[in-house]
Amino acid sequence: MSEQSQATVPKPRYLAVFAGLAVLTAVEVGLVFTGAAQSVQVVLLIALAFSKATLVALYYMHLKFEGPLIRIIAAVPILLLLLVIMIPIFDVWIFG
Amino acid sequence: MTTADHAASNPLPGVSTTKFAFWLFLASEVLFFAGLISAYVLMRIVSPSWPDVSELLNIPLVAANTSILLVSSVTMVYALASIEAGDQSKLRRFLIATAVLGTIFVSIQAVEWVQLIGEGVSVSNNVFGSTFYVLTGFHGLHVLIGILFLFLTVYRAFRGRYTRTEHGGVELMGLYWHFVDIVWIFLFTIIYLV
Repeated sequence: MSEQSQATVPKPRYLAVFAGLAVLTAVEVGLVFTGAAQSVQVVLLIALAFSKATLVALYYMHLKFEGPLIRIIAAVPILLLLLVIMIPIFDVWIFG
Repeated sequence: MTTADHAASNPLPGVSTTKFAFWLFLASEVLFFAGLISAYVLMRIVSPSWPDVSELLNIPLVAANTSILLVSSVTMVYALASIEAGDQSKLRRFLIATAVLGTIFVSIQAVEWVQLIGEGVSVSNNVFGSTFYVLTGFHGLHVLIGILFLFLTVYRAFRGRYTRTEHGGVELMGLYWHFVDIVWIFLFTIIYLV
């Protein structure tokens, strides 16, 4: 299996990616103690979490080097995840 | 069937069927956690009372634990890179390091659970406890399963089952481990920080 998928994968700088993840985690934790408005914190924290997840998926799971089929399989559940989370929230906001 | 025959009959050119199936499995896992996360978020919005998690939960400890899981992803990806380079010794060392780091992660999580239970937060006495234990519990279960398979992968590595060209097991192990890492990235944010 792997001879088809990994032999030509360029080696990214895994430690540089980890440094990015560590910095983003530190920013996340620091953000909680800044006293910023709750709504601002939520938006920034979710954005930071997506950034970290994207780094892991692209470089550690090698999604950056996969073909379109695997990328689609990875992307579709993320869209469904957002729907599953957002629809109940909108339901509460609209109908109480 | 030879490898060449198998490649010729592969309906997905350029993608191994095993990896394709594993990505489908991971997709189903995303939706499994989506349901749990959705329930947590909804309960938090509609619940009349919700504890101050920054006081109740030990955020610095969990942040350190998050870093441990992130480091385990680094060791896992280096395990794969090692066998791709044909280095059996490094493969074994990085796999063992990953399993040890994963074990430390679940151990610290167990300590956190014991502390919380000691403070009276149970799965049945409030909505926070119910959703917290279910979410972190299912993630912890996934980590435990990952650790078991990591030790199996270590065993197979010591038996010389992986080579520079045949190391699909290590690759799938890595995909699973990184997926568990990604799930925790979101749980850490949603439960502990938001």
